[in-house]
Amino acid sequence: MLYNLVNIELLKIFKKWRSYLGYLGIGVIVAIVQVNLYLHGDSYVNHLTRGLSENFFISGNLLNGYLIAHLILTALFNLFPLSIVLIAGEILAGEATAGTYRLIITRPVSRLQILTSKIIAGAVYTFSILLWMFIVSCIISLFVFGSGELFIFENGISVFAQDDILWRFALSYSHIFLSMMLVFSLSMLFSSFVENAIGPIIAVMSILIVMVIVSQLPFDFTQTIKPYIFTNYMSDWHTFFSYDIDWNLIQKSVLVLGGHSIIFIIATIIIFLRKDILT
Amino acid sequence: MNTEKIIEITGLTKKYKKLIAVNNLNLNVYKGDVFGFLGPNGAGKSTTIRMLLTLINPTSGNIKIFGKDLTEHRKEILAKVGAIVEKPDFYLYLTAYKNLEILGKMSGANVSKINIMEILELVGLDKRYDSKVKTFSHGMKQRLGIAQALLHNPELVILDEPTVGLDPHGIKEVREIILRLSSEKQITIFLSSHILKEIELIANRMVIINKGQTIIEGEVKQLLSNDNDEVEINFRSELKIQEVLSTSIFASHTFSVTDSQLNINLPEEKIPQLIKTFVENNCDIYSVERKKSLEDYFLKITDEK
Repeated sequence: MLYNLVNIELLKIFKKWRSYLGYLGIGVIVAIVQVNLYLHGDSYVNHLTRGLSENFFISGNLLNGYLIAHLILTALFNLFPLSIVLIAGEILAGEATAGTYRLIITRPVSRLQILTSKIIAGAVYTFSILLWMFIVSCIISLFVFGSGELFIFENGISVFAQDDILWRFALSYSHIFLSMMLVFSLSMLFSSFVENAIGPIIAVMSILIVMVIVSQLPFDFTQTIKPYIFTNYMSDWHTFFSYDIDWNLIQKSVLVLGGHSIIFIIATIIIFLRKDILT
Repeated sequence: MNTEKIIEITGLTKKYKKLIAVNNLNLNVYKGDVFGFLGPNGAGKSTTIRMLLTLINPTSGNIKIFGKDLTEHRKEILAKVGAIVEKPDFYLYLTAYKNLEILGKMSGANVSKINIMEILELVGLDKRYDSKVKTFSHGMKQRLGIAQALLHNPELVILDEPTVGLDPHGIKEVREIILRLSSEKQITIFLSSHILKEIELIANRMVIINKGQTIIEGEVKQLLSNDNDEVEINFRSELKIQEVLSTSIFASHTFSVTDSQLNINLPEEKIPQLIKTFVENNCDIYSVERKKSLEDYFLKITDEK
């Protein structure tokens, strides 16, 4: 039955045009970046390496698919939560708004099964968004710009050999997937409270923005609470693109992100199982 | 009457903070009943139906369906129940067929493509099976609502205002479907409606609730025959009407004569005698109509309480 329910939830997600906004947004932005770099890539590389060329001789294909994939991932990372929230925000509240709770909850399936299927379908959607991002940003860039060593210009310069790159992307995307599942579970929680999908979408985006801003403020108080703000751990995937990966940092961020996700999902389950369907 | 209880509600109560929506409600629905569930707006009908379908959790009380406790045997019970709750809402971006396919799968029954097309044909939507529901009129959605309720061959169908928004032709069709389900398939029907005439025409048993409590429960015919009917008789002239009545055995009954129209209260069995009296006194009768209806009864009962 759960398999059927997941298929039904996926059908509901992918039959709505809104679900394709995330793919469209990513596709368009990535295409713009790729076209620009294709046309004006040399000046961009010169800009990146302007302080180095006086002391180092740089050869090879610096402007390669890996560099572009990393650039795009860094730039678009903040767009992922929006595309996830657009779907997750209405995954429960959308049923309330449409009045379709009455159809599904009066069927011989448990509320827990319904909720589980929605979570799995949400995870599949999140995964597909990230997979799409990887395909358009990395695979297409490799095809257009070719391969080469990856230069990372963050806190100095790191250079990674071609055979030392893909696993870093794989782990980065896995970490981002965990972050997005946290966004998804928070959206589900808000979605379980209300009967209108707009509320959860605005609320979750507001929380994420406020948390990011608060954690950036240079005050003692904000710095004290910074370790307890989960958004602070969402960008830890950057550490996979350093020579010495801080595994303790990764372990901590996985625990924080995963722990929050589990707490939000448990809270959603408790609320949803007790909820009176009045719409 | 079949004595097998299909729905047994005991002491059912639902409270929302200070508001008591359903207050210690008791009722029984028997196998094969077309059971009318009546009450004024805010009486607690929809809340009761939602508790029957596990959309709302009762504050206290017990619901048994098919002799089993609803809380303990929810899945088993709902597999044999079809329902329309208030207005028919569907996934508007999906076709009628896809909506039914989804709901069929969720019902756990083996619902084939042929089953879906048959049920769409039954409600007259077979030619629109591939249209998205967002293009449907309210009446069409209501028909689709009936289709989804019958999709998995339920033994009990709960219908909350199933004819709202339908044209007279549609209302007649729904009425016929309900009667057919009851007579041919022995399906028990629990029917809530504001159209009291509908209950009068379809239901064999009924309950009237008000302020969340049962006011009266019983067989429709029996409940309606407990009181005098109002009979309206039309003549061409009001001459002699008063005189005939005053000298007849009906002189003690309450009546009024206005513009060659007589309104008189008397038991149903005395109507033929009244007509005979006028005919014997050469009063030409052009129409006779019983004014007593469930609507009058309903208003009287709910006003009294």
